[in-house]
Amino acid sequence: MRRVVITGQGAINALGHSAGETCAAMREGRNGIGRLHFRDVERLSIQIGGQVRDYDPATRFSRQQLSLYDPNTQFALIAAAEAMAQSGLKIDDALAPRTGVVMGNSGGGLQTIDENYRTVYEEGKNRVHPFVIPRLMNNAAASHISMTYGLKGPTYTVSTACASSNHAMGQAFETIKLGNADAMLTGGSESMLVFGGIKAWEGLRVMSRDACRPFSKNRNGMVQGEGAAVFVFEEYEHARARGAEILAEVTGFAMSSDASDIVMPSREGAVRAMRGALRSAGADASKVGYINAHGTGTAANDRSECAAVREVFGAHADELMISATKSMHGHLIGGTGAVELLACIMALREGVIAPTIGYELPDPDCDLDVVPNEARDADVSLVLSNAFAFGGLNAVLALQRV
Amino acid sequence: MSDEVTEKMRAIIAEQAVLDPSEVSMDATLDDLGIDSLGLVEAVFAIEEEFDVQVPFNANDPQDSQFDISNVQSMVNAVKQLVAAKPA
Repeated sequence: MRRVVITGQGAINALGHSAGETCAAMREGRNGIGRLHFRDVERLSIQIGGQVRDYDPATRFSRQQLSLYDPNTQFALIAAAEAMAQSGLKIDDALAPRTGVVMGNSGGGLQTIDENYRTVYEEGKNRVHPFVIPRLMNNAAASHISMTYGLKGPTYTVSTACASSNHAMGQAFETIKLGNADAMLTGGSESMLVFGGIKAWEGLRVMSRDACRPFSKNRNGMVQGEGAAVFVFEEYEHARARGAEILAEVTGFAMSSDASDIVMPSREGAVRAMRGALRSAGADASKVGYINAHGTGTAANDRSECAAVREVFGAHADELMISATKSMHGHLIGGTGAVELLACIMALREGVIAPTIGYELPDPDCDLDVVPNEARDADVSLVLSNAFAFGGLNAVLALQRV
Repeated sequence: MSDEVTEKMRAIIAEQAVLDPSEVSMDATLDDLGIDSLGLVEAVFAIEEEFDVQVPFNANDPQDSQFDISNVQSMVNAVKQLVAAKPA
């Protein structure tokens, strides 16, 4: 049986411009959510988010590149560069067709769409920049990663709303496991922090105006984030043969669909996804030390997720830790599972459990150890990462220490 | 021999070629300048924005377009015709 390990990680988001900065912020329980800065933000009723700060695209990319890269692609390429550098993977003629890319994404190049709708609708112009389409398409980030590193294997984008990244990384895992690739760059990216993006979310009335407080009794909704995280998944023997540092092993993955409601989560669908991931990993539920929760900070998700964890783990639910790092970096929608996987790897490698910050009041419906407000040292060897999307699409990954 | 249209065109083409406008000679072809199909499409957009004209250019078959892209001079000539044909 082919095993799949992680040999590189990279990220950019509200907590930092690298995976290292992101993990450092998670250890400190730092809040990356603040006031949004973009055109027309004063017309929004929601004015906070986890925006990438102090970011100047011109220091990262040439003018020619930027004419083709929506921020969604920029974020993905920055994360991919860090992951590739850490992995030390050398793409030669033999490895190129055996290496692919699967990225999660939901909104595509939403900033490009927003800007150009403005041009034609608000400003009444009849001409838009010729690269609007290659910038906005959902697969742009995956394609540019493939082009940048000459990766010629299976490459595509998965779009399952808030579960996109987990579905993507699950596909990368299975592609290697089944022998259809030896390495995959995988993760997700999102760049919805723009007037039209937030205006659309406002309509659902699920956004908080002040903070993301998962599992806290006084939680009042989700907060959007942006950015990307990318990982190098690699077949275990391939990684060992070249002496690569192994960050963690991906041992299980499962998906399920609620088949019930387009926005309300279902406990039953979450239960089946977590049980499936454990079965896929061949692991006993009692060995799970940490769960990175979907934990959006909405009343419905957190209640339903905690009930699902109780059902899957029984008495062990009181022994394990579960935290929601969205409280720090916000909800990156299609990129969120990728950024959250950093917390899972940190738990396994460094024995540090990222906290759920903003936690103020216990909720009897969420009476698990949610690692409130401060990171904790703990020795864990098996972790799960949950993602439960709008549309009832669930994807759970299991990771273990090697 | 230089004029406003020529200077603006050299600036637009130089931008795509990542050159200084003084390095763009009038007999240079797009190949000489290292401008690929995407660069050409972006240049056509810049020309339309700069001169407020509609460039009759079809990226599916650039040779068959009414817009002659043989070299810098041919493009400048074509743009001058478009500008002259604009309604006053």
